[in-house]
Amino acid sequence: MTLNGWLQIAIMLALVVLTARPLGSFLATVMDGRRCFLTPALMPVEGRIYALAGVDQTREQTWLQYVAALLAFNAAGFVLLYAILRLQGFLPLNPQGFGALSEHLAFNTAVSFVTNTNWQSYGGETTLSYFSQMVGLTVQNFVSAATGMAIIVPLARAFSRANASTVGNFWVDLTRVTLYVLVPLSIVMAFALIALGVPQNLSNYIDATTLEGAKQTIAQGPVASQLAIKQLGTNGGGFFNVNSAHPYENPNIWTNTLEAWGILALALALAVAFGRMIGREREGWALLGVMMLFMIVGCAIAYWAEAAGNPFMHAMGVDGGNMEGKEVRFGIPQSAVWATFTTGASNGSVNSMHDSYMPLGGLVPLLLIQIGEVVPGGVGSGLYGIVVFAIIAMFVAGLMVGRTPEYLGKKLEAKEVKMAMLAILIMPAFILGFSAVSAVLPAALAGLNNPGPRGYSEILYAFSSAAGNNGSAFAGLTANAPWYDTTLGITMLACRFGIIVPVMAIIGSLAAKPRLAPSSGTFPTDGALFVALLAGVIVIVSGLEFFPALALGPIAEHFQMLAGKTF
Amino acid sequence: MLQQLRIAVVMLLSFTVLTGVVYPLAVSGVAWVMMQDQALGSLVRRDGKVVGSALVGQAFTSERYFHPRPSATIGTDAFDPSKTVDAPYNAAASTGSNLGPITKKLIERVQGSVDELRKEGIAGPVPVDAVTTSSSGLDPDISPQNALMQIPRVAKARGVTEDRLRRLVNGEVEGRALGVLGEPRVNVLRLNLALDSLGAQ
Repeated sequence: MTLNGWLQIAIMLALVVLTARPLGSFLATVMDGRRCFLTPALMPVEGRIYALAGVDQTREQTWLQYVAALLAFNAAGFVLLYAILRLQGFLPLNPQGFGALSEHLAFNTAVSFVTNTNWQSYGGETTLSYFSQMVGLTVQNFVSAATGMAIIVPLARAFSRANASTVGNFWVDLTRVTLYVLVPLSIVMAFALIALGVPQNLSNYIDATTLEGAKQTIAQGPVASQLAIKQLGTNGGGFFNVNSAHPYENPNIWTNTLEAWGILALALALAVAFGRMIGREREGWALLGVMMLFMIVGCAIAYWAEAAGNPFMHAMGVDGGNMEGKEVRFGIPQSAVWATFTTGASNGSVNSMHDSYMPLGGLVPLLLIQIGEVVPGGVGSGLYGIVVFAIIAMFVAGLMVGRTPEYLGKKLEAKEVKMAMLAILIMPAFILGFSAVSAVLPAALAGLNNPGPRGYSEILYAFSSAAGNNGSAFAGLTANAPWYDTTLGITMLACRFGIIVPVMAIIGSLAAKPRLAPSSGTFPTDGALFVALLAGVIVIVSGLEFFPALALGPIAEHFQMLAGKTF
Repeated sequence: MLQQLRIAVVMLLSFTVLTGVVYPLAVSGVAWVMMQDQALGSLVRRDGKVVGSALVGQAFTSERYFHPRPSATIGTDAFDPSKTVDAPYNAAASTGSNLGPITKKLIERVQGSVDELRKEGIAGPVPVDAVTTSSSGLDPDISPQNALMQIPRVAKARGVTEDRLRRLVNGEVEGRALGVLGEPRVNVLRLNLALDSLGAQ
C-alpha cells in the first residue's frame, strides 16, 4: 500500500460524489416531466414515438397496469434478442462469419441483457457479429437500464402522492429516461472514449505482421458506442471477452477514470433525484451516504488485500502486490476501485480478473453483490432495492420502540413489510439453492477452473452475480454449458422480475395511503442515526444469509493460504 | 392487454432503430471523419505495413527484444482444430488465466517463469508483472523495473551498451497521469520499435 494508492482511491470516490448533485437535479427534471435544455430538440422525437406506438401520454396507469406494461416490453425484448442471436448467421455486418448461438447460450445471453445483468457466457470477439452487438445487445443496454430507472418515477410518487390510485405511465417514463438521459450522455461519452483511443469501426479484424514476423489478428468493431452505455446503464456486458481489461475497451488511465465514473454516476445521482422528487433532498443524500459508506470500506479492504500480494510468490523472490489478472496501466489501486464500484453497482464490467484476486480481495466483490445490489446497485434497481431495505429498517426500529413504523410520511403496514421480505429473500433462495446443487453435480463441477475453495467460490460467485443482475464473474468457470446457461438464466429472470413485482406492489399500496405529517415521535430518516441503522440492517440481513456460504469459500481460502496450503 | 403488447412491440422497434442503428452508425460516421486513427484501432505502420496496434500487446520471444508480460490467451491447434494450444497475445480471443492465488497451477507457472529469469542471470527481486499474466492477455505495457531488468540480455544480444539502452528505456517511461493516476509503464511495442531504429542509426 502506498500513499499514492490511497490518494487515487480518494480521488475516484470524490469524483463520483461530486457529479451526483448536478446529474441528480437533471434527472429529477426529466423524470418529473419538466422542461430541460434538451426539450426543444427532443420533444418532436418523443411525440413521434408516442404517436407511432399509440400511447396517450396523459393517461396514467395503476401499479398493476404499470408492471404489466413493463413485463410486456421486456418479454418482447427477450424474443427479439433471442431471435437475433439464433439467426446471427443470416444477418448482415458479420465480417468474421460467426454462426448462430446455441439454444442455451442464446437463452442465457438474451435473458442476461434484458435483465440488465449482462453476464457473459459468450466471448464477444469470438462469438458475436457487429449486428448482434449493435442491434441486439446495445439496444437492451439502453432499455434494460431505462426499465430500472423508470420505476423510480412511481417510487417517488408512492411517497409524494396521497390517496392516489395511479402511479404514472410506464411508456412515458421509459421513453423520457432513454431519450433525455441515456442517449445524450452515451453520445458524449462515446466521443470522449474514441478521442482517448477506443475503436469504433465496422471493419474486418486486422492482420498485422509483428516485429518478429508473426501474424497477429486484432479484433475490431463498434466498441465505443456500446462501451458508453455499458458503463452508464450499469449493464457491464463487454464488447470483448475480457471486458474493460481489454486494451481496446479501456486503453489508458483516462478512459479508465471515465469508465469507472460511469459505473456509479447515474446510480448515485438517482438517489439525489429521488430526494428532489419527493421534495426532501436530504432523504436522498442519506441513502447516498449509506451507499458511499459501503464503497469506501469496500475499496479499502480490496486495496489492502491486493497490495499485500501473494505470499507464495514473495517466497520465490517476486516483489510486489498481486498482479495476476491485472493490467500494468491500471495497477492495484485502480483495479481495487473498479472491482468495488462494479459490484457495488450491479454493473459487472471488469478491468481485472476477480478470479485471480487474493482470498479477501475477492471476498469484497462477492459480498457486495450478495448484499443485494443496493449500494448503490443498478440504475433504478439499486434505489428501489435500498428503499426496500429502508422499509425493513424502519420496521425493525418500529418494533424496538413499539410504534407503527413509517417512512417518508407513509405508514408501513403488514402488506409492505411482507412484500419487502419477499423482494429480499428471493436472492438468497436462488443463490444458495443453485450453488448447493452445483457443488455436487458432476456436470456443474466439470466447469471449474480452480480446485479447492476457489472452485467453490466460482460457483457461488456465478449465482450471486446472476441473482444480483451484476454480470461479473470468477471467470474461470466455464459457464457456457447447458446446466449453467439454463440455471443462471432462470436465476437472472427470477431475481429481476421477482423483485420488480413486489416493489411495484409496495408502490401501489403506499401511493393509496394518506400522507402523515411528521410528529415528535417520527423517526428522522435524513440523519446519521438512520444511515447507521440502514447500513446495519443491510449488513445483518446479508450476513445471516450468506456468512456460512462465504466461510466455506473466500474465508476458508484465506486461512488455507496463511497455513501455506495450495490446491 | 393486447393493446399493451402492440405498444410494447412498436416501442421496442422504435428504440431498436434509434439506439441500435442510428446511434452506433452516427457515432461511427463522425468518428471516421474526425478521429480516424483512433476509430480504426490506433494501428502502427512501419514501411507502410501494419505491424500491430499501439494499444494492443504483441508477443516477443527473441533475445534481441524486450519481452512483454506472460499471456494466458489460447488459440486453435493448427494440427487438430478440436484442440486449443497456448497462443500468447492472441488479439482475436482475449482472456486471463483466472487462476486463484493458492492454486498449484499458478504457483508452479510463476516458479517456472522465475527460474527462467534466474537462468538468464537475473539476481535480486523480480518485478511481479514480469511473472504474472494480465487480465486481457494483451497487456501492452510492462513496469519500468521490468524493462530495466531486461537490459543486460538485450544489450548482449544486440551488442549495444547497457547505458544506451537505459537511456532509451527511461525515455519511453510514461508516468502517472497528472502525477497521480495510474502506474508508471513502458509500452513494449514502442520500446522495441525504438530499439530497432536505434540499430538502424
